[in-house]
Amino acid sequence: MQSKSPDQARKFSARTLLCSALSLVLLASAQPGFADVPPTAKVNTTGLAVADTEVTVGQLHSATGTMAISETGSIQAEQLAIDQINAMGGVLGRKVKVIKEDGASDWPTFAEKSKKLLVNDHVAAVFGCWTSASRKAVLPIFEKENGMLYYPTFYEGLEQSKNVVYTGQEATQQILWSLDWAKNEKKAKSFFLIGSDYIWPRTSMKIARKHIENFQKGKVVGEEYYPLGNTNFNSLINKIKIAKPDVIFAAVVGGSNVAFYKQLKAAGITADKQMLLTLSVTEDEALGIGGENLAGFYSSMKYFESLTNDNNKKFVAAFKAKYGPKSVIGDVTQAAYLGPWIWKAAVEKAGSFDVDKVAAATPGIEVKIAPEGYVKVHQNHHLWSKARIGMAQADGQFKVVAESPELIEPNPFPKGYQ
Amino acid sequence: MNKIFEQFGTHRHAALILLMLLLAVVLPLGLDIFRLNLIGKYLSYSFVAVGLVMLWGYGGILSLGQGVYFGLGGYCMAMFLKLEASDPVSTKIQTTPGIPDFMDWNQITALPLLWQPFRHLPLALLAVVLVPGLLAFVLGVAMFKRRVSGVYFAIMTQAVALILSVLIIGQQGYTGGVNGITDLKTLLGWDIRTDRAHYILYFVNVALLGLVILGCQWIQQSKLGTLLLAMRDKEDRVRFSGYDVASFRTFVFCLAAALAAIGGAMFTLQVGFMSPSFVGIVPSIELVIFTAIGGRMSLIGAVYGTLLVNLGKTYFSESFPDLWLFLMAALFIGVVMAFPDGLAGIYSARIRPWLLNRRGIQAASSVTQAGNPARP
Repeated sequence: MQSKSPDQARKFSARTLLCSALSLVLLASAQPGFADVPPTAKVNTTGLAVADTEVTVGQLHSATGTMAISETGSIQAEQLAIDQINAMGGVLGRKVKVIKEDGASDWPTFAEKSKKLLVNDHVAAVFGCWTSASRKAVLPIFEKENGMLYYPTFYEGLEQSKNVVYTGQEATQQILWSLDWAKNEKKAKSFFLIGSDYIWPRTSMKIARKHIENFQKGKVVGEEYYPLGNTNFNSLINKIKIAKPDVIFAAVVGGSNVAFYKQLKAAGITADKQMLLTLSVTEDEALGIGGENLAGFYSSMKYFESLTNDNNKKFVAAFKAKYGPKSVIGDVTQAAYLGPWIWKAAVEKAGSFDVDKVAAATPGIEVKIAPEGYVKVHQNHHLWSKARIGMAQADGQFKVVAESPELIEPNPFPKGYQ
Repeated sequence: MNKIFEQFGTHRHAALILLMLLLAVVLPLGLDIFRLNLIGKYLSYSFVAVGLVMLWGYGGILSLGQGVYFGLGGYCMAMFLKLEASDPVSTKIQTTPGIPDFMDWNQITALPLLWQPFRHLPLALLAVVLVPGLLAFVLGVAMFKRRVSGVYFAIMTQAVALILSVLIIGQQGYTGGVNGITDLKTLLGWDIRTDRAHYILYFVNVALLGLVILGCQWIQQSKLGTLLLAMRDKEDRVRFSGYDVASFRTFVFCLAAALAAIGGAMFTLQVGFMSPSFVGIVPSIELVIFTAIGGRMSLIGAVYGTLLVNLGKTYFSESFPDLWLFLMAALFIGVVMAFPDGLAGIYSARIRPWLLNRRGIQAASSVTQAGNPARP
């Protein structure tokens, strides 16, 4: 008791040394981070799933069912973006953790799962949905529970919500410029409109018809809709042959696409005789349809995998490194990739994960690393983006043949087109 | 337990009381409102399953198109709620304010005649039961009078499901198309999206389900129930005894349709939208699976079956998003292989004899009870 044995003293001092060294290391490591990592109480005042080192977000797509083939690309791109964000140190110093839910191509299931993510898991943001129907099913829930949804698909517009950021094009961005291109560059005067029978093609064709008839003074020589999943286009092909339009303007989706293009080719309607401009064929669909059935037709998108800017080269390389060299990247996949980046930028601008603050900070956010080049978020939570026309190649890729000179303003409620 | 059995005579009542205790006391105390709302959604399917017990188990008529009636009931409710949500103030950005948004998108400029009755709640509630009931009546008369039954009847019900889903999706200006009728907000000014409303709707749902089961039990015990069983097993004898088989069949078909429609309306109220994804063939078959898992002779079993399958679906898909379909398949195969009579079969073959043995009562004394394993 009187004096410590030398052994004890050494132990003691060794321990002190170890402790102080450890605390030094800790301090050193915490010190630079400390300035970057604001306390959780400050960045999360609404009880979201934000901890000192981690923030939880949700991902809600169809991993099973008929939509799985389309939504897989979005799931992969969002995961890639989140991985890259985590590799850079996360968002406000917090690693992003993902809770995945399967909407199973069923709209009520989407509603159930979105509610689970918001009410049960308190996720800070949700990246998800693909079809308009699934978005319509979850929208009231996001508005009521005050969640944040990043929606990647090009869609029909007519919607705007504080709780949604639309990273795809609304209808006018995809349609108006491409119709003008067809008129000015290809001297097209008559159009035959074809779509699958649901809200997106219907609205798109309504806008296209108004633009063609009222603004271009051109002619619509036919307008036809077919049920989703329809595979018999013979009567349509006859009508096309009779009407002889300058341009077939198509928004056929899903499994119908394959039958549509194969039957066109079988009927001798190929690119050397007939111009076709589609709103619904990306690299993903081309994979199913087969490049040889598409070659020479045009597609109107904002992004093609073949873009040659540096952002895209990096993105394509990273995507293929993660998901294999055979994977393809379509327009929606790229738009899905933007979601996590826009969310990160908005959170950092707001200095908070709170949904209200993030929503308020969202307009004006720029994504300079966007594979499509550069995008900016509009006041209405849609993106300013360019329009591009790609010509389908036999290998399923698209060659970009035209690009709008400026970013096109998103206008989900276009005047004169209602 | 003894007391309950004595007091209420049959185990059937005890089973209903146990179910009601579980639904009205245990679950609300044990679950948060989000999960309880999900249970409420599952219970709305169980109305269909209960109807199928009457139709399939007792009547011997397999319908693979019950989603049609569930959907119609749900749509009738949704149409009323949608009109209430589409008042001119909240739809003022539309070309034609005051009509549902999807009509405006489809260039419809006035409310269609078909929608007019749904401005009034009493008419809408009547329509919930009458529209599907009437459709079932017309189909029933058309088919049973011609003595269409068995597989042919099942195929016809599938055809109806297909026709109706194509019709709803195709007429999107009138029905909302693939999107369905979404964004429902209030019922006579009462916000149905709040937690409080979800609690109230849940208890309304449970109470309705209890009443429906009681009503069906009453039918089972009455002469009508006996006749249904007799028709199922020996149709010709019943006919030769002077009964009009077609009328009885039409009745039970209408009953099952009306029950499914009540479920559909409760679904719309609790989930807040209705979509054509229920009207098709696949969901209709799923509804039959709920009944088969529960045991097609047991009303109570049908409710448990619906709960089990849907809880499994939710649990598996939340916990194993990549594997859940396989796990669901394993559940179906497992139950059907091990218990051909469903969950109710487990009860009557295993648990009940054990209970009775413990109480020293001869199991044979109540073999005639309706909760028994299904006869082929």
